[in-house]
Amino acid sequence: MTDHVLTYMTFFPLAGMVVVLLLPRERHDLVRWASALFTLPPLLLAVWLYRNFDPVNPGLQFVEKAAWIPAYNINYFVAVDGISISMVLLTALLTFLCIFASWGIDKGVKGYFALFLLLDTGMMGVFVALDFFLFYIFWEVMLLPMYFLIGIWGGPRREYAAIKFFLYTLFGSVLMLLAILALYFSSEPHTFDMTQLIAQSSRYGTTPLHFWPFDHLRWGFQHVVWMALFIGFAIKIPAFPFHTWLPDAHVEAPTAISVILAGILLKMGAYGILRINYPMLPEATADLAYYFLGALGTWNIIYGALCAMAQKDFKKLVAYSSVSHMGYVMLGMASFTPQGISGAVLQMFNHGTITGMLFLLVGVIYDRAHHRDIDGFGGLAAVMPVYTGVSVLAFFASMGLPGLSGFISEVLVLLGAWQKYPLLSALGASGVILTAGYLLWTIQRVYLGATNEKYKAMPEINGRELFTLVPLGIIVIILGVYPNALLDLLRASLDQLNQLVIPHLS
Amino acid sequence: METNLAPLLPSAEVVLTALSVLLLDLFIRKDEKGLLVWISLIGLALAGGMALFLWGSHEGAFQDSILLDDFALFFTELFLGAAAITILSSVHYVRETNIHEGEFYALVLLSTFGMILMAAANDLILFFLGLETMSIGVYILTGMWRERSQASEAAMKYFLIGAFATGFLLYGIALIYGAAGSTHLGRIASALGQTKSHGSIILSAGVFLLFVGLAFKVAAVPFHFWVPDVYDGAPTPVSAFMAVAVKAAAFAGWARIFLYQLSPLQSEWTLPLKALAILTMTVGNLLAISQSSVKRMLAYSSIAHAGYLLIALVAGGESGGQALLFYLLSYAAMTFGAFGVLIALKEGENDHEAYSDFAGLGFKRPFLGMAMSLFMLSLAGFPPLAGFTGKFYLFRSAVVAGHIDLAIIGALNSLLSVVYYLRVIVMMYMEEGGAEGKPFARAPYLYLAIAIAVLGTVYLGVLPAPALDLSRISFISLH
Repeated sequence: MTDHVLTYMTFFPLAGMVVVLLLPRERHDLVRWASALFTLPPLLLAVWLYRNFDPVNPGLQFVEKAAWIPAYNINYFVAVDGISISMVLLTALLTFLCIFASWGIDKGVKGYFALFLLLDTGMMGVFVALDFFLFYIFWEVMLLPMYFLIGIWGGPRREYAAIKFFLYTLFGSVLMLLAILALYFSSEPHTFDMTQLIAQSSRYGTTPLHFWPFDHLRWGFQHVVWMALFIGFAIKIPAFPFHTWLPDAHVEAPTAISVILAGILLKMGAYGILRINYPMLPEATADLAYYFLGALGTWNIIYGALCAMAQKDFKKLVAYSSVSHMGYVMLGMASFTPQGISGAVLQMFNHGTITGMLFLLVGVIYDRAHHRDIDGFGGLAAVMPVYTGVSVLAFFASMGLPGLSGFISEVLVLLGAWQKYPLLSALGASGVILTAGYLLWTIQRVYLGATNEKYKAMPEINGRELFTLVPLGIIVIILGVYPNALLDLLRASLDQLNQLVIPHLS
Repeated sequence: METNLAPLLPSAEVVLTALSVLLLDLFIRKDEKGLLVWISLIGLALAGGMALFLWGSHEGAFQDSILLDDFALFFTELFLGAAAITILSSVHYVRETNIHEGEFYALVLLSTFGMILMAAANDLILFFLGLETMSIGVYILTGMWRERSQASEAAMKYFLIGAFATGFLLYGIALIYGAAGSTHLGRIASALGQTKSHGSIILSAGVFLLFVGLAFKVAAVPFHFWVPDVYDGAPTPVSAFMAVAVKAAAFAGWARIFLYQLSPLQSEWTLPLKALAILTMTVGNLLAISQSSVKRMLAYSSIAHAGYLLIALVAGGESGGQALLFYLLSYAAMTFGAFGVLIALKEGENDHEAYSDFAGLGFKRPFLGMAMSLFMLSLAGFPPLAGFTGKFYLFRSAVVAGHIDLAIIGALNSLLSVVYYLRVIVMMYMEEGGAEGKPFARAPYLYLAIAIAVLGTVYLGVLPAPALDLSRISFISLH
C-alpha cells in the first residue's frame, strides 16, 4: 500500500468516477455519499504522507516509476518533494470538503460528481507528475471537467465564462506543449523525465544581444522556452494581463467549483514556474524573473486590490482579491531568498484555505438570498451570529492579521523581497492597506449596520456548511500560530531550488 | 513460370464476398436482407484473418507489380476495418432511405478491394487500376439515395472532378513512363539513379502531375472544393467511408510512391508539399468555423486533418511514416465515431445535421452525448485521446525533420479547431430542444460501431505503444 501511495491518491477519485457513473440516476444521495467516500482515502493518505514525509531530504520522495511508452522514453513517474507536498495536501483536503459544499447541486447530480472526481484526478496528477508528458496530460485532463462544470452548472453567463476560461487556458497549453517538445528534442538522450531535464539544464546556450539598449541582456533558446512556459503558467496564476478570465469564471461557477478554481487551479501556475521554469531553465530564470516577475507580482497586488475595492458583486470581490493575493506569490518567488520563496509557497497554501473559506461563505448567503450584491445585505451579524463569526475569521486571515496564517506568508514574502527590491516590497506592503480597506468596508456593508428587513428571517448557517468551513478555519489558526508545521516540509527542497538559480543572477 | 498467388488472398476474399452478396441479393426476400450484412462482415473478417496470417511476409506477384509487405497488410487491415464499420453503421440508414442493400454492401466491398490494391501496388498502372476501382464504387455509393437530389448532384460533381483528377494522374504516369521507360516503381527508382540529367524535366513534370492527382484524392487545398458538397450530399455512412478510407488509400499510395520510391527527388517536392500542408490545415479550419451544419463542419474538418497528415509526408523518414500511419488509425476511429453519432440523429426523411439539432443531446441520449464529446475532443487534440497522441507524433516528426515552423502552425491550427469542435459540445450540454436521437433498441448495429470507435479513440490515446510499434514496423517494411 505505502509503495504506491501517490498512485492511490491520484486514481482513487477516478475509480470513484466509474462507480458514480454506474449508480442509478435517481439516487442522488447515493451518488453524493459515494463521491465523499472516494475522496476520503486520498485525504487520509495525505495525512499519512504528511506524517511520513522526511523534511530533511530535499530530493524526491515516494517515487514511483514505470515505463509507459518506452519507444519515446515516456514514463509513468510520480513523486513528491518540498515544492509539491503542500499542494498535494491542499488538493486532498479541498476536494473532500468541496464534495460537501456541492451537496445542494440538484441538476444532473451524477454527471456533476463524476466530472468533479475526474477533475480531482487531474489536479492531483499535475502536482505529483514528474514526467513532462504525464504532467501535460494531467494538465489537460483537468481542463475539460472544469469547462463542463462551469458551463453546465454555472450561473446565467456560464457559456461565455466557460469558453473564455477554456480558450485562455488552451492557448497557454499549446505554448507549453511546444516548449515541452523543444526541451525534449534538446535533451540527449531525448527524455521527458523532469529530473533528467533539470540535470541537463546547462546544455542550452545563450547569446548576448548586440543592439542598444538591450546589449547587456542575454537571449537564447532557453529564454524563448522560458517565455512560452511562463505565459502558459501566467494565465493560470493569473498574472496581469492574462487575468481577465478569472472574474468571469469565478462569478459563474458554482460555489464548490469556485473554491477549487481559486484554491487549487490558480496554484498550478505558480507551481509550474517553480517546478519547471526555475530548475530547468535557471539561466533564463535569472535573466527574466529577476525584477520582471517581482514587478509583475507587485502590480498584481495593487491592481487586484483596487479592482476588488470597486466591485459590487461579493464573489467578484473575492475573485479580484485572489488576483491580488497571488501577486504576493510572484513577488516572493522572484526574490530568490529562502524567506521569500518559502513565503511564496506558504502563501499558495494559505490562499487556498483562506479564499476557499471566502467562496464557501459567499455560497452560504447566495444559497439563501439568491443574489450576491454587497450593498443588498446589511446587519447580518444580528441574524446569523455564527456565520458572521466564521466570516470575520476568514476576512481577517485574508487581510493578514497577525496570529492568522495569511500574516505569516505575507510577512515572509515581504521580508525576502525587501533584500532584493526595497521599492517593490514597499509598494507590495501598501497593498496590505488596500486589502484591509476593501475587506473592512465589505464587513461593514454586509454584516454590520441596520438589518435588512428582507433578511430578518434568514436561517443560520447549517451543520453541513459549517463542516466545510471549520477544518479550514482550524488550519488558518494553526498555521498562523505555528507555521513551521508546514514550513519545515518545504524548506529543504526550496533552498535547493534557490541554489540552482542564484549562481546565474548577475 | 509459377505465379505466387498468396499476396492476393485478402483482396480475392473481399471480391468473392462482394460477388456472393450481389448474387444472393437476387434470391432472397426483402425482409431477409439482414443476412447480407452478416455475409459481408464474415467475408471481411476472413480477409482480415488472412492478412493477419500473412503478417511479416514480403512477397511479390505478377513480376513484383503487387507487393505484400507489412505496409500493404497494415493498410489492408485498416481498409477492412473501415469497411466493416461502414457496413455496421449503414444497416439502419439504408433501410430508412430505401437504398438497395445488396448493391450498397457489394459496392463498399468492391471499393475496399480497390483500396487494398492501391496500398499493395508497386506499379503505377496497377495503382491506377486500384484507384479507379475504388473511385467508381464510391461515385455510385454517393448517389445511391436516389430520392434525394443533393445526393445525385454530389455524385455527379464527385464523378466529374474525380475524372478530372484521374486525367492529371494518368498524364503524370505517362510522362514518368516516357522519362523512366517503365511504370514499375522499382525500375523507375533505379532509372532515377542512372539518368539524372536525361529527361529530368519530363520526369519532374510527370511527378508534379501525379502529385496534383493525389492531392485531389486526399482533398488538399486548393484541390478541395468538391469535398463539402460531396460529403454533405452523400449518405452519411458513405461520407464517413470517404473521409476515412478513401483518404487513407490515397495517403498509402502517396507514402509508397513519394516517401519511398521517389525519395531521391524529395528536395523537389518538399517545398510545394509544405505549402500545401499549411494551406490545407489553415483553410480547412477557418472554413469549418463558419459552418452551421455539423456534417459540413466534419467535411471541412476532414480537409484540415488531411493538412495535418501532409505534415507527416513533408517530414518523411521513419518518424514521419510512423506518425502518418498512426494518425490514420486515430483519425479513422474518431471520424467514424463522429459520423456515427450524426447517423444516430437521423429520423426518417429528416437528417438533423445542424448544430441546433444537437441541442440537449447530452441529456436525452447520454451515451451518444458522451461519445460525441469524446470524438470532438479527440479531433481537437485533447489528451489523453487518440487525436492528441496522433498529433503529438505528427508534430514531433516535423520537428525531427527540421520543420519547426510546420509544428508551430499545426499546433496553432489545432487551437483554432477547438472553436468549432467545442460548439458541438456546448450545444449538447448547454442548450435544449434539439433532435431526439435513435435509442439503442432501434439501431443496435450503429451503437456497436460507435462503441468500437469510442474504444479505439480511448485506447489509442491512453496506450499508444503497441499501435506505434505496429506503425513503425509497417512503414519500415517498405524499405
